[in-house]
Amino acid sequence: MKDFLFIFRGPAYEDLHLTPEESQAAMQRWYDWIGELSAKDRYVGGEPLHKEGKTVQGNKPVVTDGPFAEGKELLGGYFIVKAESLEEAAQLALGYPDFRINGSVEVREIMKIPMPS
Amino acid sequence: MSTGAEQPQQLVDHLFRHEAGKMIAVLTRVFGIGNLELVEDTVQETFLKALQVWRYGQLPDNPSAWLMRVARNRTIDLIRRQQKLANLSEELAHRLQSSTENAVDHFFLDTEIADSQLRMIFTCCHPALNPEDQVALTLKTVSGFGVQEIARALLSTDSAIQKRLYRAREFIKSETIRFEIPVGHELSGRLDVVYTVLYLLFNEGYNSLKADELIRHDLCAEAMRLCKLLTEHQVVADPPAFALLSLMCFQASRFESRIGEDNTIILLQKQDRNKWDHELIRMGYYYLNLSSRGDQLSVYHIESAIAAEHCLAPSFESTNWSALLQLYDYLLQRKPSPVVRLNRSIVVAQLEGVHAAIDLILDIPGIRTLLEQHYIYPAVLGELYGRAGNCNEGRRLLQMAYHLTSSLAEKRLLQDKLDALTVGQNDHEEIHRRPG
Repeated sequence: MKDFLFIFRGPAYEDLHLTPEESQAAMQRWYDWIGELSAKDRYVGGEPLHKEGKTVQGNKPVVTDGPFAEGKELLGGYFIVKAESLEEAAQLALGYPDFRINGSVEVREIMKIPMPS
Repeated sequence: MSTGAEQPQQLVDHLFRHEAGKMIAVLTRVFGIGNLELVEDTVQETFLKALQVWRYGQLPDNPSAWLMRVARNRTIDLIRRQQKLANLSEELAHRLQSSTENAVDHFFLDTEIADSQLRMIFTCCHPALNPEDQVALTLKTVSGFGVQEIARALLSTDSAIQKRLYRAREFIKSETIRFEIPVGHELSGRLDVVYTVLYLLFNEGYNSLKADELIRHDLCAEAMRLCKLLTEHQVVADPPAFALLSLMCFQASRFESRIGEDNTIILLQKQDRNKWDHELIRMGYYYLNLSSRGDQLSVYHIESAIAAEHCLAPSFESTNWSALLQLYDYLLQRKPSPVVRLNRSIVVAQLEGVHAAIDLILDIPGIRTLLEQHYIYPAVLGELYGRAGNCNEGRRLLQMAYHLTSSLAEKRLLQDKLDALTVGQNDHEEIHRRPG
C-alpha cells in the first residue's frame, strides 16, 4: 500500500449560508465517507487548514498576505489515505461529499524515498 | 491525527438544530432581544467553525459542549471588542475582562440555558404577534429551523416565511418586549398562548399530509420537546402543560400506524394496534397522571382523556363509546367549535346510529358554509349517509370532499369510499333484480 494526499479545494462554507440542519447533513456526509474509508483501513488522517495565510515569493522574497484564491478554490484541508495505486486512490476520492458544491480533490501519491541498496 | 474509528461517526440527531435553539436563547440573554441578528450570526459562525474543523475526521468527545464553548468564547470576544471601543484604561479593562467571563459563564450553565429557552418561547409567543408569525418565529429562533424548512413544514413559500419572520422581528425590536418569563397573572394568560402555539406546531406535523414525512416527524418531536421543557420548569410547569404533553404522546403513538405504504391513510378502525408505540402510550399515561392536580380542567386534559380512551381499547369494536361521549360533552362545553361537534357526532353514530349523527351534523351552526369550505365535513357526512343507505347523497358529499382537499392521500381515501358506495349499490340492485 502507498500513501496518498487528498487535497481539498472548494468554496468556503460560510458563503453557503447553511441552516443548522444542512450544516449537520454536510458534516454527516463527511463522517460517512471517513467511516467508509476507515472500514477499508484506508483513512490515515486528515486536518483542516486555517483560512489565513502568507505567501513568500520572488527573487528578493517578499511576504504577502494570502493566497486569497477565488472563494471557490480555497484550499480547506487534506487527508492522507492508503491505496494500492493512483487509480484506486482516485476511485476512493469519488466519495468526497463536496462535489455537489463545486469542490474538487487533487490526488497525489506521497513519494517514499527508498534506501539505496 | 488518526481516528482509528471503524464505524462511521454519527452525530446525535438534530444536534445542530437543538444547539442552535439553545445558543440563540443564551446569546439573546447576553446581547438582548434587540440584537437578534448579531445573535444569529454568532450561532452561524459557531457551526461554521465546527464544520471546518470536524469534517476532516476530528469529532470532539462532547460535540454539544464543544459548540457551546465556541459560542461562549465568541461572545466574550464580542464583548471585549465593544469594551475596547470604549477606550478604557488597561487596568479597568483587565478587571472588566474577568467579571465579563464570570457573567457570561453564568448564562451558559445548564439551568440557565433552560431558563433562557423558556424566555425565548414566551417572547416568540407574545400575544401581540399574530399566530402565524408566532409559529414561524418559534420554529426559527427556539427550534433552529431554517427558512426553507419552516416553509416545508408549514406548507408555505420561502418568501412568505421570510416576510413573517421579518414582521415578527421588527415588532419585537420596536415594542421593546422584555426577554423574560412572565410572572403571576400574566404568566397564566401567556401560557395559554404558548400551549396554543405548541399544539398548532404538533398538529401541523401530525395532520398535514402534504408535507413530507421527515419534516412532519420533526415538527411533532419539536412540539413535544418544547412542551417537556415547560413541564420541567419549577414555576412554569402547570397541569395543562402536562396534559398537553400527554395528549401529544398519545397522538404520536399512532404516528406510524396511520400511514400505510405509498402514503395511504389508514383509519383508526383499520389500524394495527400492535403497531402503536406502547412506550409513548405509557408516557402519555404518566404525564396525564401528573396533570391531574389542582382544580384546573383544561381542554388539553379532556382531549388527552379522549386520546387515552382510544389507546386503552384493545380493538376498535371494544372502544368505550359512552365514556367518549361524556368526554366530548365536557369538551363541547369548553370548546364549542364545529370540529368538536363533528367529532362528537361520530361517537354518537356508534352509540345511537347514523341517523342521530346526521341530524347532529346538520345542526352545526353554519354547516352549509362549512360543507362547502372544509373537506372534512362533507367527507364525514357523506360517509354517514352512505352507511344510512342514502347512496346518492353520500356520493354527492364525498365527491364534494374530494374536490375540496388537495392532499393526494385524502383523495385516495375518499375515492375508496366512493368506490365502496358504488359497489354496494350495484350489489343492492342485483339483489333486487334477481327475484324479479
